[in-house]
Amino acid sequence: MRGLIGKMGGHSNWPEWIYVGIVIALMTWVGAEAWEAERLVEHVPEDAETIIVTGQQWFWTFEHEDGTVEMNDLHVEVGKAYKFEIVATDVIHSFNIHDYVVLMDAVPGRVNTVWFAPDAPGVHDIQCREYCGLIHYNMRGTLYVEEPSS
Amino acid sequence: MVLELQKPRPIWQIMFSTHHTDVGLLYLIMSLGFLFLGGTLALAIRAELFLPGAQIITDSMTFNRIFTVHGTTLIFLFILPFASAVGNYYVPIMVRYKDMAYPKLNAIAFWMIPPSGALIWLGFADFTWYATPPYSVISAPGPAADMWIFGLKILGISSVLGAINFIVTILKCKHPDMSIGQVPLLAWSFLSSSLIILVAIPTFAAALLMLLTDRLGVSGFFNPAMGGDPIAYAHLFWFTFHPEVYVLVIPAIGMMYEIIPRFSRKPIYSYNSGIFAFVLLSIVGFSSWAHHMFATGMSFTEKTVFMIGTLAAVPASAMHVFNFIATMWNGRIKFSTPMMWSVGGIALFFGAGAGGVVNSAMPLDFSTHDTYWVVGHFHLFVMGTIAFGSIGFLYYMFPYVTGRMYNEAMGKVHFFLSFIGTILVFFTQHVLGLYGMPRRVFDYPPIPEWIAMNQIATIGAMIIGVSMAVFLYNIIYSSGKGELANTDDPFGLGGKYYFPFEAKNPSH
Repeated sequence: MRGLIGKMGGHSNWPEWIYVGIVIALMTWVGAEAWEAERLVEHVPEDAETIIVTGQQWFWTFEHEDGTVEMNDLHVEVGKAYKFEIVATDVIHSFNIHDYVVLMDAVPGRVNTVWFAPDAPGVHDIQCREYCGLIHYNMRGTLYVEEPSS
Repeated sequence: MVLELQKPRPIWQIMFSTHHTDVGLLYLIMSLGFLFLGGTLALAIRAELFLPGAQIITDSMTFNRIFTVHGTTLIFLFILPFASAVGNYYVPIMVRYKDMAYPKLNAIAFWMIPPSGALIWLGFADFTWYATPPYSVISAPGPAADMWIFGLKILGISSVLGAINFIVTILKCKHPDMSIGQVPLLAWSFLSSSLIILVAIPTFAAALLMLLTDRLGVSGFFNPAMGGDPIAYAHLFWFTFHPEVYVLVIPAIGMMYEIIPRFSRKPIYSYNSGIFAFVLLSIVGFSSWAHHMFATGMSFTEKTVFMIGTLAAVPASAMHVFNFIATMWNGRIKFSTPMMWSVGGIALFFGAGAGGVVNSAMPLDFSTHDTYWVVGHFHLFVMGTIAFGSIGFLYYMFPYVTGRMYNEAMGKVHFFLSFIGTILVFFTQHVLGLYGMPRRVFDYPPIPEWIAMNQIATIGAMIIGVSMAVFLYNIIYSSGKGELANTDDPFGLGGKYYFPFEAKNPSH
């Protein structure tokens, strides 16, 4: 083994340093792009309507600003921005509308916020993405994006 | 090396031995046993998910228990003990010492694992390997959950004892003629991973105690109803278990450092960069734990810090890949079974790392977090890199342990089936995650893309299952009836890269 190691000294390592430099440059680029995108995504519009989302074993409750309460179904309108205030009453859940990349944990004792602005009418799945027990697999809801009524 | 099975000894002589190769053999046999047990659970999970609706598992509680025990078993009862087996066999020989520094402690560390394995398997808890509160505090059924907590507690102590033993053996017991800069990279990998264990494990040990007292109702550290914060558990857990990922992967990379130069018949490209990357990885590994928690409501600044910490680990991992490729470059490579597993493992390591960059980029993480993408991603590490490196090393050790050769054709069949299966299962799961399928679900809605990808993954898992049956037959048959190995040079590489020293085993 010592013979093996003894042969190692002396040769130049410049290909490795170039390679490491390229990897560092790539990671810096990925990080900078991600930072820039996340900074934009996190900025909640001023006029966003608030919807309080409550996760509990094993269903979702949505409370609109006007006091309407929906269970598992959520109706929103195209062209408006919505801010979800996400809470949980028992264990941790994760509120997810995959088609709009909306994902935020519902943590008991905390209020987490995330926002989105639907851009086309349609029907999308709502699901729980954090393990919450027996019926976690079926803690699902439906998002209805509708044309503005007025 | 020592031939274990050529001169049969009564089993109690091995069981009550404190010699490093005997303890290594015990670790080896036990970890392989748990590999097959945990793998069987994986096949049950995949069979269940072949179609939406209940297939072979009738209720979701059983399914949740199965994936919890599957993960716990393969991480703590296969990967870690397997690494300890390799370390026990090789580290004392590599540092030219007669045994581990503390032989009795070594045996104690081993004998703590079977009871904890029994606690985990007899309890069969359901709260995932992450045991997240408040679910694990207020909702998870006991006594399974409490048995799991005690099992992990014992395993943690065993890991710490093993780590102390490796560190002292390498730093204090190495031959006086040998400087630390001459210790082979496999031993360096054990030094790095043991140091990580010493720093990381106590945090989780504390969290487990708090979890237990929370479950007993006497405290409320993680229970919001009593003023606690479940996110605190997440921090404590991931502060241990993100570095733990490196505890698992670093020995596997060390094993590849042992195999690749030998089978390329060339010295390692850069020994120093290997050490540098190990040490860097062990330090940087501590700066990235909360990238598992981007969706828990962290602030923008916190997310940025942990994204940078995560990306900082990439160059160190990439240095290993570079080192392997540069070593193989222009080598007279002999693709025996151990080399195939190592090279396959490197390819999948690259795939796993590339996927990890996607996870760590903040906005993309919200698309992949807690979906099957993550399942595919970390399985490419634990199966594709760590298990591939470990199984390759098992084939490499086989003639030294048994004195006989495994069947080379069966070894290659095992590799090709496993490699194809791994790609089918885990690359497909990445895509499935992008389609939004959550992890840890017993059932899923009949979305055609989800069904198709789950079926591809299940077929891949069955291919891996077949390959593992070939493997089991090969090791059992060959250790009794295989061809006698030429222990000076079992792989016909010319011999000059082998260890010139024999372990001194008092029982022989």
